[in-house]
Formats: sequence, C-alpha cells, structure tokens
Amino acid sequence: MEILRVEGVNKSFGGLKALNNVNFKVNEGTVHAIIGPNGAGKSTFLNCMIGRLAPDTGTVMFGDISLTGMKPHEINQVGVSRVFQTPEIFGELTLLENIMIPALAKRDGDFALHAFARVDQDAEIRDKAMHMLEDVGLAEKRDIIASSLSRGDKRRLELAMCLSQDPKLLLLDEPTAGMSRADTNNTIDLLKRIGDRGITKVVIEHDMHVVFSLAEKVTVLAQGTIIAEGKPEDIKGDPRVQEAYLGGAHL
Amino acid sequence: MLGLDKKDTSLFLLVLLLVVLAPFLLNPFPENSELAQFNAGYPDLMQRFLIFGIFAIGFNILFGLTGYLSFGHAAFLGVGSYAGVWMMKLLTMNVLPAIIISVIFAGLFSLLVGYISLRRSGIYFSILTLAFAQMSFSLAYSVLTPITNGETGLQLALDDPRILGVSQVDGSIPLAHFFGVNMRDSFELSLGGWLFTFNAGYYLCAVVMMIAFYIAVRIFRSPFGMMLRAVKSNQQRMNFTGLNSRPYTLAAFVISGMYAGLAGGLMVAMDPLAGAERMQWTASGEVVLMTILGGAGTLIGPVLGAGFIKYCENIFSKINDNILYEWFSALPEAVSDILVFVIHPFIGKGWHLTLGIMFMLIVIFLPGGIMEGFQRIGKLFSRKKKKEADASGATPAPAE
Amino acid sequence: MDAILLQILNGLDKGSAYALIALGLTLIFGTLGVVNFAHGALFMIGAFCAVTLSRLLSLSYTTIDPERTDFLGNPLKVETPYVEAWFGPETGAAIIDWSVPLGILFSIPIMAFIGLAMERGLIKYFYKRPHADQILVTFGLAIVLQEIIKYFFGANPIPTPAPDVFAGSFDFGAMIGMDPNVIIYPYWRIVYFLFAAVIIGGVFAFLQYTTFGMVVRAGMADRQTVGLLGINIDKRFTVMFALAAVVAGLAGVMYAPINSPNYHMGMDFLVLSFVVVVVGGMGSLPGAVLAGFVLGILESFASMAQVVSLLPGINQIIIYLVAIVILLTRPRGLMGRKGVMES
Repeated sequence: MEILRVEGVNKSFGGLKALNNVNFKVNEGTVHAIIGPNGAGKSTFLNCMIGRLAPDTGTVMFGDISLTGMKPHEINQVGVSRVFQTPEIFGELTLLENIMIPALAKRDGDFALHAFARVDQDAEIRDKAMHMLEDVGLAEKRDIIASSLSRGDKRRLELAMCLSQDPKLLLLDEPTAGMSRADTNNTIDLLKRIGDRGITKVVIEHDMHVVFSLAEKVTVLAQGTIIAEGKPEDIKGDPRVQEAYLGGAHL
Repeated sequence: MLGLDKKDTSLFLLVLLLVVLAPFLLNPFPENSELAQFNAGYPDLMQRFLIFGIFAIGFNILFGLTGYLSFGHAAFLGVGSYAGVWMMKLLTMNVLPAIIISVIFAGLFSLLVGYISLRRSGIYFSILTLAFAQMSFSLAYSVLTPITNGETGLQLALDDPRILGVSQVDGSIPLAHFFGVNMRDSFELSLGGWLFTFNAGYYLCAVVMMIAFYIAVRIFRSPFGMMLRAVKSNQQRMNFTGLNSRPYTLAAFVISGMYAGLAGGLMVAMDPLAGAERMQWTASGEVVLMTILGGAGTLIGPVLGAGFIKYCENIFSKINDNILYEWFSALPEAVSDILVFVIHPFIGKGWHLTLGIMFMLIVIFLPGGIMEGFQRIGKLFSRKKKKEADASGATPAPAE
Repeated sequence: MDAILLQILNGLDKGSAYALIALGLTLIFGTLGVVNFAHGALFMIGAFCAVTLSRLLSLSYTTIDPERTDFLGNPLKVETPYVEAWFGPETGAAIIDWSVPLGILFSIPIMAFIGLAMERGLIKYFYKRPHADQILVTFGLAIVLQEIIKYFFGANPIPTPAPDVFAGSFDFGAMIGMDPNVIIYPYWRIVYFLFAAVIIGGVFAFLQYTTFGMVVRAGMADRQTVGLLGINIDKRFTVMFALAAVVAGLAGVMYAPINSPNYHMGMDFLVLSFVVVVVGGMGSLPGAVLAGFVLGILESFASMAQVVSLLPGINQIIIYLVAIVILLTRPRGLMGRKGVMES
C-alpha cells in the first residue's frame, strides 16, 4: 500500500531547476531513505512535501489527500510530522510542555480556545507526554528549559514531539547531522524502535552508515532528478550513484 | 480554590488582601505629618492604580505571552471610554451597562485591528498597530467630532436624553452610580492622626480588577496560555506541529483589547468623560512601560508596574522646589541649593524625564522588570544562606 | 494641471523631511540591524541646534546711549549683539540673519558627536538583543532627549526665521509660463527641497563611489562575510550611525523656519517616518527616499479642499491608510529586499 505518491514535481528558483520531474512512492510501514550529494535538491523536495514550498507543477498525494497547496499545520493535522535539520523546539518551554503541545494539537485540532482548562490537570495529555519522554530517555529532565539541552538531546526531544502525535508519516531531515558516532548509533536504535509502531518514515541522510542500517528502500537524487532507486545493497553497487557522489572515481 | 493551584491561590489571596486593605496600606503617614504627601490612599489615585493595573494585565496577555509588541493599545482604551460615555448619555447613569458596552466595543475594534495587523509579525506588527492607533487618534480629533466632541472631549450634558434615567437632577447632571451606590460616596475613618477613605468607586474597581486578574491567572495556566507561549518561542515549530498560530494570536489580541476597553469603561465610570489624548501613542507607550517595568510575562508584574508608575507620577509631579528646600532645611544653605539644583529637572514637570531614564535603566539592566529584580535578590539571599550552610558544614564540628 | 503641480510642490518640503529621516532610519537599520525609535529626537535636536545658534549669535551686551532717551525719558539702553561689535554692524546683522544656514555647519559636529555617543554608549549593547528591546530602549531614549530639550527650551514652539532673502514667496507658475498668481511658492521651501536633494545625492554618492561606502554596502548585504575578510565592519557601521544622525540633524536645522521647533516635533515625525520606511521597504535606501516624497505629496493631495469635502479627514490618515494597504499587499514595501525582517 502506498502512503505517499509524488508525481511530476518540478520546482525552479529563478533559472535554477531544483527539482526536475520527480516521481516518488513510499509504501506504508517502510523506512525510505533519500540520499544524494550536496545541492541535489533533497531539502527542496522535502519542503515541497510539507507545504513549506509550493511546487511549480506536479502533485503530492498522501493517501487520497492532495498535500499541494495545504498549509503546514493542515498537513500535520492529516498525519505528517517532520523533524528538522536543526532541531526546532520550543526553547523557552520545559521539556514536558514541549511534548504536551503537539499532543494537544493532535487531540484538540489546530485551534482550541481552552482558556479555562488547567494544563497540569489534563491527565491524559500529561501521561502521554511523560511516556514519550521516558521512551527517548529524557524523563528526568522534564522540568528543565528545552534550550539548555545538548544538541543530541534536542534532536531526541524533537523526535519525541513528533512521535507524540502518532503520525502516519514521519519525515526526517538529516536526523544525525552533526552528531558524534555514539549519538548517531543511539539515534539509529531509537529510530529502529519507532519502526515497531508501524510509522512510515522518509529519511533524508548524508551518512551512508545511517542509511544502510535503517532503510529498506533508497532513492538517490542528483541535480534535481532521481537517478536510482532500490534496496540498499543494490544502490551500494550502482555505478551511477558512485559517479554522482564521487564524480566518476570508483569506490 | 476557584480552580487555582496552591501557589496561584496564595498569590490571588495576597493581591486580594492588598487591594482590600489599600486604603490603610497606602496611607501610612498621619494626616498632619510632613510625610503625608507620600500617602497615596486617596480614591482618585487608588482608582487609577487599579484601572491601569487592568490595562497592563490585559496588555501582558498579548505581549508577555505571545511576544507581539503592540504600540496601539491605547486606541482600545479610548474606544471603550467613548462607548461608555455614550451609554451614560443615552441610557442610564448606572455604570454597569457603560462598562459592558466599553468591553464590547473595544473587543470589536480590536478584532478588526488585530485581524489586519496580525498578518504581519515583528516590527511590522508594531508599526501597523501604531499606524492604526494614530489613525484613530487623528480621526477622533477631527472628522469624528460629532461622536467624540473633538478637542474638548466627550462629556455629559444637561440635555442628555438618558432613556432609563433622568436628564438632570435639581438642575445638575446626575451622578454615576452602581445600582444606587454612588461612585463618589466615601466613608472616612479617622483614627488618631490618620484619615482613611473608603470609596465606593474604588471598591467597584477592586472587584472588577480581581475578576480580571483571576481570568488572567486562569489563561496563564490553561492550554491556551501554553499555546501563546509557544507562539513566542517558535512559531515555525508550532505550525509544523499542526497548530494554526493566527487564531491564537488573534484571540490574545482581542482579549487584551477587551481588557483595555474594560479599563476605559472603568475610567468613565469613575469620571464620566473621554478625550482623544487617551488614544495617543504616548499613552500606548505608557502601558508598554508598565508591563516591562513590572515584568512582562509574569502574573503580578504588570500590576506592580502600573502601580509603581502611577504612584511615582503622582509624587514626582507634586514635589516642587519649596518642598525640596523644606526637606533639606537641616543642611547648610549652599548644600541644599546644590541638591535642589540637581534634583530640580527630575521633579514637577520633569517627571517624564525621570520616567524615561527609569525605563531605559530597566530595559538595559533588568529586562525582566521588577519581578526579575525580586528573583535576583531572592537568589542572592538563598545563595548566601547556602554558602553559610556549606561553610558551617565544612568546618569540623568543635569537640564537645 | 496647475492645481496638481501646486499640490506636488506643497508636498515636497514635508516629503523631503520624511525622506531625510527615513534615509537615516534605513541606514541604521540596514547597517546595524537596529530599529531606532530615537531617530525623530535627532531630527528635533537638529532643529534646536538652529535655535541655539541663532540665540548664541544674538547674544548682546548693553550700553547706555546718553544722547537718546526711551519713552519714559530715561537714557536709552542699547543692546548690541557681540557679532555686530566684532564684525561691524552690517556683517554682524547678516550673520544673525543667516543663522539657520550657518546652523548647518554648527550642527554637523554636534550631531556627529551625539550619534557616536549614542552608538558607542547604548546601541552597541543592543545588537544581539531582540528587536522589541531595541524599540523599547530607543523609545526610552527618545523620551529622555525630548524632555531634556523641553527643560532647556520650554514647551512652546520657538520661531526661527529663515534669512530675509528667502522670506516671502515667488510666483512659480509665472516662471514656467503659466498664469500668474496661481502657483505661489515660498522661497524657503524650494531651498529646503534642493538642500534635501543635495544631501540625499551626497549620501548615495558616498555609498556608491567611495571604498568606505562600498564596504558598508557589502556589509549591509552580508555582514558575516565582510567580517571574515578581515575588515572591521563595526567601526564603519559606527560611522554610518553618526552619518545618519547628521542627516537627521541637518533635516531638522533646515526645517526650523518651516515649522517653529518644539520639543515633540521629533515624535510627530518619527511615527510618520517609520511608516515611510516600511512603505519604502525596510532596508532599501532608494525605497525610503521614494516613499518619503510619494507620501509627502500624497498627503498634500489629500489636503485639497475638494478631496477633504468628499472624504472628510482623509488628509489626517492618508499616510497610515497607504501604509496599511502596502503592508498587507506587498509586505516587502515598494523596493524592499527579500528576507529583511520577514522571519
């Protein structure tokens, strides 16, 4: 079953063609990686999927909902969450609040004027948030301010925020960028664990180690076009991919 | 109590106690002493404390929580005032309908202004609100004269129709009342050298302010309040979390506009007139000052800021050179001359200079306002205690 | 046709003032990234430089002329300005007469000093703080400056006339071949406009053709990179702040004869100038100038009797209305750069 189907997406910035007729499918419950050299159009592609950029032509279908033209919060409400390249969290709020907010958004919709309810007495949301924090190993830090976390912890917090919404599709933009090897491995473990919940994931990644330990399917993007697609093992040996990455030199 | 947690309940009770006992607390000096000029326990000033307190509490819901800096909130106060006076002219001298209509009109007007201004953020938002407020001010001064009575300001007149009341009583304009309780009625209590005034208008303001404060506390602790803080913290993340930030900010804007209208309505209830100068951008600047000075984003800070500024305004504007000479009469003449010369620019009409300097100092050194100051002092003490405790723990106990 | 020309001319002097203040605001915002609410106060201080100079020049000593008597029959006290004693009566009188133009020279060092002191003493510490803090601290500073002026000069406007040569008006219409007595235009206003044009041209030339200006423009576009090239951009930006202060000050000096300086004129102009900057496009120097003149002229059109009778009060709010429409339809302003203050 396809959960995401991208058809004929084009996007130009001035004279630069960032995406050239991209077609792309993701099957439900799988981990799908998008790789490619710098400037290949990976981030543009992701931004077109989540409504941050509007593609010039083409459609992005999520199940039978068209995501093109939808606002970011609407896309989230239909079940697509995103982890950013640099962690986007609520820096001035506590960890617990950081997770309660997405949980509330999931339960109460994109706007709710609950001006007389008490946040701290909402047992359902609190428990859920606590669970999430325990899952990512940040439970003891629940009352500290999020901006004081280390980068790795911020990343984990952001992941927990997305997971608290039980998304159908999770988009991850370089989830291990700038992490130490140990942190990277922790993150891989964490991402594998979420796999158990049956969330479909699209990962954009530079680090081949991460890609090959997570992904079931890999799509290679170069200069705005898809040049290869397949199982990780196949991609590893594909000469076109090597050329795109290494400019012709052989591994 | 009342759906507040323990900490908030005690805060609420503390504010309640201060407000109820204000006529005593603000009059600490005997009537005939030289220090009586520092008393603030007279109705007019105490009413202003509360009214501007309400204004600042409301402004804080917008600025303190969402970080949107509006430079036009005085316009809502002005609109509320005009609506209130008209209610008293046309309907009744009972202040309740006037206050209600003030809130409604200010709410509607802020809905319009907010709907447009909130399409931009940051400095653009500030300038849009400023433009709207200046526009309202100019209009109130010129074209809208039939409604606002222009430069003179809107006042009650002897021939007001007043459907549910009388146009005049014994040839003069009837007084504002709350179901028969006259706003100007006061009970004076003389104790020894002290004179305490308990004014009906003040206590009406007190009740309204406590309700306004209570609602603000509830908003701060609600999911809605948390979302507003999320707006301030990271609007992008908020949108990608499935939340639509626009209605949240608009709701905050309208709520704070309604608070401003409430303050305007109460002003009218205490003194039934309204003028365009209430809408000027310097008046908007004043409420920003109060909120920052007290501590934006804190519950009680804006109330303290409002009280502090209104008290200083009152005291500083009253002091003149003669009073200064009286104070320094014990000093040699040359010294007191110099002191008076130095202090002179800051008192009387120079109050705004003092205010400006105070404001700059706060923004530079204490961006969190008075509340941050308290916290810092508190930390200093607790650290000292801790150090002492550490020190005593570290030194080996003497042999007994 | 002549009515239109008249309104355009009438809008020029106010437009010039808006353009000059907005130019300074944009320079400061573009280089330092600071929103300066005290910029109107600099304009006001400039105007008071003119007032101060004309007072200094008219400082007099008193002599008693025993040969003449006043109306009470006492010997007449004659006040002679020092400049007349030093330079002779005629030159002296001319100097006093020309005190406003001389104020240009007088105000440059004063404004430059105030600008430097402001940037080094206060603004410097606010580069990294949020825009709200910058607005607030400069707002506080504006109050302080305006109250200081009020303390020394009082609350009433102080008439400061232009030199006699420029007093009165001339028939502009007749000059360009129209019917006489249709377009009567005061001399000083045309002087003000030409002056503003020279200043604006000077600032642009400075930025365009000097190495210093080139570095500043590069810094406006990408501060970090210029810093990485080993150029001390901060020092140059400080100079730009002083320059912006001088521009605002000069605008004020020359405005003194048009509107008698009072302590709150800065605030009055500031609000409008901000609107001008926003309409022109935050960070765009040509935008600021263009918007300044456009809005000045638009305001003058809105003040026409026919327009006002049709839409009462429109002259009071036209600028704000335009600003609101522009901000909503074209948030970058007329000539704004992409990405400035958008996040």
